Amino acid sequence: MTVRTSEPLMPAPVAARRWQRRHVLSTEDWSRDEIELVLENTIAMAEVLSRPVRRAPPLRGRTVVLFFAEASTRTRVSFELAAKALSADVVNISASGSSVEKGETLLDTVRTLEALGGDVIVMRHGASGAPYFVADRTSAAVINAGDGWHSHPTQGLLDAYTLRAALGDLAGKRIVIVGDVLHSRVARSDIHTLVPLGASITLSGPATLIPSAWRSDLLPAGVTYEPDLDRALDGADAVIALRLQRERAETGLLPSLREYARTWGLSEARVALMRPAAPVMHPGPMNEGIEIEAAVAHGPRSLIEAQVTNGVAVRMALLYLLAGQPS
Amino acid sequence: MSILLAADDVRRAITRIAHEIVERERDLSQLAIVGIRTRGDVLAARLRTALREIEGRDVPLGSLDITLYRDDLTRIGYSPTVHRTDIPFSVDDRVVVLVDDVLFTGRTIRAAMDALVDYGRPRAIRLAVLVDRGHRELPIRADFVGKNIATALGDDVRVRLAESDGRDEVELALRVPA
Repeated sequence: MTVRTSEPLMPAPVAARRWQRRHVLSTEDWSRDEIELVLENTIAMAEVLSRPVRRAPPLRGRTVVLFFAEASTRTRVSFELAAKALSADVVNISASGSSVEKGETLLDTVRTLEALGGDVIVMRHGASGAPYFVADRTSAAVINAGDGWHSHPTQGLLDAYTLRAALGDLAGKRIVIVGDVLHSRVARSDIHTLVPLGASITLSGPATLIPSAWRSDLLPAGVTYEPDLDRALDGADAVIALRLQRERAETGLLPSLREYARTWGLSEARVALMRPAAPVMHPGPMNEGIEIEAAVAHGPRSLIEAQVTNGVAVRMALLYLLAGQPS
Repeated sequence: MSILLAADDVRRAITRIAHEIVERERDLSQLAIVGIRTRGDVLAARLRTALREIEGRDVPLGSLDITLYRDDLTRIGYSPTVHRTDIPFSVDDRVVVLVDDVLFTGRTIRAAMDALVDYGRPRAIRLAVLVDRGHRELPIRADFVGKNIATALGDDVRVRLAESDGRDEVELALRVPA
């Protein structure tokens, strides 16, 4: 088997050509090769989504269970579209209205999902680590669709894909992540995906919403903290604004939403501090007027819609790669 | 091991197939060429050049990755990397010539036809191959063949093309008895 020459969008392919993982729980312990392999397959999946018939057959006869114990619309719909585009059957289980509400334990729920014939369990859970608990106790493949504050690996991968498509090679590129880093699994997954690809990360946001260790010298490799957002944005290659949970203002971590918007919100003047045409991203759903102004969210730099589209393609690539693994 | 086609033979085979396509299809305005990755796409590009030299016009060219349509994905134990399909034209009502290097079991061509019809409804699909080595497992035949070769099931037919392998050559490696 020969290795194809690179696609114009991506740098040359890398050595590890074979996917080995049974689960996608976090990209924290992934090699760069593994990230590249997912991104490479994502290019082909994006092409499938652009066809007149947006469906290919590799997961025919497989069942993907979407188990969302925490509210989510866009991530769940994204996984559902991804699974269907690969011809899988899809079963939806949400926490409300299911036996979870009636007191069933997580383990019993998982046994049930497995007994129903789920080959892949996509799960979102409020408790950090819940997908690891499940992965250890099932023969199905598990994809973490967000667990507590811990990780949201498909978001990290779709952000990496979107940034690659916009900026090319990420080596030497500086990406700003601004907002509630402390409670953000998106920020953690972005760091764990973008840094191995060669990007450096500048975190910015109120000190109360940055992990205390990261305000000192104990930052992960490739990451810096700049409390002044204007300085963080100066000359940056891209910015990712995080969603602000409105209740943070009520718990005393913020003086007020209005002050947050003024100090940490992305305005047109602020994003103009970055390199010309440097893109703006947001994992959604957005609080327009708080962490991002409407003019920026819908302006020429915005890649927010591209993130949504790319999310489906990235999830297709992961479902496809996991489906090839012997269980 | 023996060389079945040398560089000159490969060149002549492509030129001959181009002439056969022109004779058979006549109206090139409705023709398109789609190569199956990998190597079929290289041959498809050469076939287009040969058609241009004969008829003085370019026909649309595409390349097809059939990985998602393989029937053995559950058997091979891992998921091979899917490469991009690139068909920058509508296949509706066109005569599409699929191009591959070796025709063997026919399973690749079955997958390619399934993939192609997801892009529209061609008026007809034809098949051009550099080598037909027999041993079909599906009711599929080629319309244009560079060379028919009698092989044993376990033999290995290796096609090398300058663009991907440094030189043009088709080699038959006989099955090594166990």
